[in-house]
Amino acid sequence: MRYFFFIFFCIFYTDASAENIYAGAKRIHKNIRSAIKAAANGDTVFVDAGFYKEKNLSVDKSIVLKGIGYPVLDGERRYEIISVKANDVVVDGFRLIHSGISSLEDLSGIKVYDSQNVVIRNNILEDTFFGIYIQNGLNCTIENNTLKAISIEEQQSGNGIHCWKGDSLRVIGNKISGHRDGIYFEFVKNSVIWRNISKNNLRYGLHFMFSNDDMYVNNVFRNNGSGVSVMYSNRIKMFSNYFEENWGDAAHGILLKEISDGYMEGNYFTKNTSAIYMEGANRIHMKRNVFENNGWALKIQASCMDVVLEYNNFIGNTFDVGTNGSLVLNRFTNNYWDKYEGYDLNKDKIGDIPYRPVSMYSMIVEKYPPAMILFRSFITTLLDKTEKILPSLTPENLKDSAPMMNKAF
Amino acid sequence: MNKIIKYVITDILRNKIVVIYTVFLLAASFSVFSLEDNSSKGRLSLLNIILIVVPLVSIIFSTIYMYNSVEFIELLVSQPLKRRSIWLSLFAGLASSLSIAFFIGAGIPVLIYQANMIGFTMILTGIILSVIFAAIAFLATVKMRDKAKGIGAAIMLWLYFSLLFDGLVLFLLFQFADYPMEKPMIGLSALNPIDLSRILILLQLDVSAMMGYTGAVFKDFFGTSTGLVFSFFVLLSWIVIPVWYSTRKFNTKDL
Repeated sequence: MRYFFFIFFCIFYTDASAENIYAGAKRIHKNIRSAIKAAANGDTVFVDAGFYKEKNLSVDKSIVLKGIGYPVLDGERRYEIISVKANDVVVDGFRLIHSGISSLEDLSGIKVYDSQNVVIRNNILEDTFFGIYIQNGLNCTIENNTLKAISIEEQQSGNGIHCWKGDSLRVIGNKISGHRDGIYFEFVKNSVIWRNISKNNLRYGLHFMFSNDDMYVNNVFRNNGSGVSVMYSNRIKMFSNYFEENWGDAAHGILLKEISDGYMEGNYFTKNTSAIYMEGANRIHMKRNVFENNGWALKIQASCMDVVLEYNNFIGNTFDVGTNGSLVLNRFTNNYWDKYEGYDLNKDKIGDIPYRPVSMYSMIVEKYPPAMILFRSFITTLLDKTEKILPSLTPENLKDSAPMMNKAF
Repeated sequence: MNKIIKYVITDILRNKIVVIYTVFLLAASFSVFSLEDNSSKGRLSLLNIILIVVPLVSIIFSTIYMYNSVEFIELLVSQPLKRRSIWLSLFAGLASSLSIAFFIGAGIPVLIYQANMIGFTMILTGIILSVIFAAIAFLATVKMRDKAKGIGAAIMLWLYFSLLFDGLVLFLLFQFADYPMEKPMIGLSALNPIDLSRILILLQLDVSAMMGYTGAVFKDFFGTSTGLVFSFFVLLSWIVIPVWYSTRKFNTKDL
């Protein structure tokens, strides 16, 4: 009984300290600004459904800002809509429209300045310049937001979720479309990107720079201007992401540039012009990924080292692997290649002769792109067959010495 | 005219070669679709059949058939019939029987296994190629009186269109590698019906690879409705011009 009172007292106590403050047309506080002014740390501000023009709304106390029935905050195409400048802030359930556009300041829908433990969830952002911007955040969560921009030019648009300098961020379950970059990470450590859908963005679905020890899982990147780009980062882990329909000469399912010690498993690459483009990538381990119906499954430049590909499935790609030189410091083993024409005499499900995934014609197309128009003609098939028997142009060491006879998984 | 077409078709059917060709196509198409574990490889094998076997059979069979029916043609010419209608009905009979053979042999399996845009493009280009190479065979037979020479010319023409032409294009491409060759390539492809058909199928088959910069130039041209109209117009002129020219020759030919 004593315990019961104690617990009861605790609940009662916390309840009493945190007040609920309401803002709305029929409340004491007609606008959100005055409601926040009246609030103290730990309070909850409920905002009724309605249309609010608050100019720039600055949240400088540790409060929960909760919208009921998606109240609309209009930035009138001039202001940054919500600026979070305190720790432990929650922004939940708003609809933010028309932020300002500026090339000097990164005006955003919601911007977090140097704060910890901020949660931004269940918001809808439409026609914002930058969507959600974390500037030097620690342990922040961005969850279940929908961001939609309608931009035409790269210069006139910002990134959907932009994280500049941060640690332990969580970006979960957001839907982003029409921005410049869907998700942008720069100098962000130990963070996770999980279950987001980033599609139809002008540049990259996901853009990573100088961000180490991050992980992204179960995301969908579809039909972005240039796919996904991961650059100058170490120890990135990628699991079960979908890279689809990134079409164009400079578009890649994923671009890996100057990446070290990465690990990729269970990703699906479908219908990209080139599924993976690697340049200066070191010690990347790729396992159990599926490459299906891509133009090039893999473009691996000679500057890559110690990249290991094993147990991947290559199905229906126009070209399996393209490269630009004869130096090969990477290892291909136990992959399934649907173009493999070898045999398996001892029935151990591993082909007895090595498979060379670089076809002669992919080398020719790399050098003379217009030659693509002759692809699949009689003469190019002949050239490919001759090259298979007597390799002269294709790198001798780029081969899978133990190709699988059936799909690797 | 209809009567002559009917005679030609019944004669071809009695000949059995076209029936064997149909059965071969049927067997080949069913086996490529059912043997391979994924249909994309079956499509590729079928693409090779369409681009190599169909023109070959079409041109050789038409040439030999025309040489063998010299007496029949002479008989027809002695009747009160216009030479033009004799020639055109011979062409119509041959072309239609070859197209029907292709449609039954390859079209039906494609419709069963690949009833999509790729399949329809394949069937359409296969039929058009059958007709085009019959037309080219007519041109060869009207130009050469000697049978051996005519068949030789037909084989050379097939070799040129399916192999030598692409070799020349590749050579040109390497020679002019420093210049933007995308647009001239489109023009060059119009000079070879096999190339044009291949590109039309390629745009469906390897759409991801074709979305690269150069491919996008081709896609922007052939993928749009103007491009499609252009390519079918070019393919059509590959039928009309040889037939028209050979008809003119046949009208004044001393048999």
